[in-house]
Amino acid sequence: MQALWHQIFSGIATGGIYASVALALVMIYQATHHVNFAQGEMATFSTYIALALIEAGFPYWLAFLATIIVSFAIGVIIERVLMRPMAEAPVLASVGVFIGLLLIFNSVTGWIFSYSVKAFPSPFPETSQFLGGWASPHEVGATLVTLVVLVLVYGFFRFTKLGLAMRAAAYNPVSSRLVGIRVGWMLALGWGLAAAIGAIAGMMVAPIVFLDPSMMSGILLYAFAGALLGGIDNPLGAVIGGFAVGVIENLAGAYVVGPELKLTLALVIIIAVLIFKPAGIFGRVIVSRV
Amino acid sequence: MPTLLEVSGLIAGYGETRVLHGIDFAVEAGGVTALLGANGAGKTTTLRAISGLARRQGSILFAGEEISTLATEEIARRGIGHVPDGRGTFLELSVEENLRLGAITRSDREVGADIARMFGYFPRLRERIRQQAGTLSGGEQQMLAIARALLLRPKLLVLDEPSFGLAPLIVAELFDILARINREERMSILVVEQNASLALALADHAYLLETGAIIMSGLARELRENAAIRRSYLGY
Repeated sequence: MQALWHQIFSGIATGGIYASVALALVMIYQATHHVNFAQGEMATFSTYIALALIEAGFPYWLAFLATIIVSFAIGVIIERVLMRPMAEAPVLASVGVFIGLLLIFNSVTGWIFSYSVKAFPSPFPETSQFLGGWASPHEVGATLVTLVVLVLVYGFFRFTKLGLAMRAAAYNPVSSRLVGIRVGWMLALGWGLAAAIGAIAGMMVAPIVFLDPSMMSGILLYAFAGALLGGIDNPLGAVIGGFAVGVIENLAGAYVVGPELKLTLALVIIIAVLIFKPAGIFGRVIVSRV
Repeated sequence: MPTLLEVSGLIAGYGETRVLHGIDFAVEAGGVTALLGANGAGKTTTLRAISGLARRQGSILFAGEEISTLATEEIARRGIGHVPDGRGTFLELSVEENLRLGAITRSDREVGADIARMFGYFPRLRERIRQQAGTLSGGEQQMLAIARALLLRPKLLVLDEPSFGLAPLIVAELFDILARINREERMSILVVEQNASLALALADHAYLLETGAIIMSGLARELRENAAIRRSYLGY
């Protein structure tokens, strides 16, 4: 029984990571109707920046904060420099840019930081007598960090003027411009926020899976499955979907398919959602008259 | 009265298609100017050109400043509150959020008081404040769109066919409110309408557009008496 609970808890912990990345995907999807395939590699690059800062002697949380800020800036710059000229481009051109970004980030990460697998420190203690064998302190800490991030993001979008402007720009760009919202900058901010959230997810998952340039590729797949499951146009749905996929993955990995076939599950979930409930559990079904 | 908006030699269109072939007109400060014309005459394109939503050439002087090269959001920030055709409602957001978006560029503390003042004109919005804007009726959405544009505290209110798709009773109510807004707020209005009799009753100046050119202009009350206009647009 304890083993089962342990699987569920660590499922929630990794689910939190998927939920963060899923939220990052949804934020860009809502504004642009494209899935940013490079979201995972961008997060990996950010995690390497954090590692470099920590190895340079920065205290963990200072490196954490600096990484978030740098990642935010990278996200903003990518939108302004690379995505902005693509605004009017056909879908396939945008997909091409996303795949190019993915490859560039992956190669640049390997080139700068080497392809060898590295250990990444956790800010949380190794063991704790309070938790018994139920969950590791890092899993609990990472889940808490994820929850804090999700609450902050929710509060930002729900209660601040800038958050309202960003939502408006995503829903109705023309009306937004007519009330004076600088829609281009809202998009850039969205990219910055998504990159920052991805960076946090990367720093939280790296102590569990170890750091290498392709660390996030599997995670991006789970996150995508989570986003689809919850509804790719619904941030809250995507977050719940991310947690659900984490738990499903861990339980199935332990009891059903074994660790080798776990990633296949993400694909099974993606296909099942697309066949049976394309809008996701919490997504809106969009009907358009022709 | 001084001129608030002065358009001269305006050419506009979309892509390769040219819709306006060089038109001139003006809106006086505190006045109501109507642009009349049949479907496809270029009325909406004229408004979209003013707000930078259509490709345009020529001069658009607003409060003495050339705005024909500015981006849409900058034109809005200069003080043009544009109610687009189709009303431009933020369907997914609440009525209150729609209103707050109208005032999103303002940093003063009077937004709450302004929203309350809008409820004076449009009491039904107060009842629907928490409702999702997409669930409002067409008339309510038109009122919401006008309130949203006014919350920008514009110098000029631009209305694109406010009567479109609304029941006659609602339209009459709406035009009464627009006349009040013009009177009580000294709000300058540029309105595009297919319903010429309504527009001529509200406006003090009017221009008649036909296939991208202005074919007649003058005081609204003179145009009301004009035989050609009566036959073609007023139907009596």
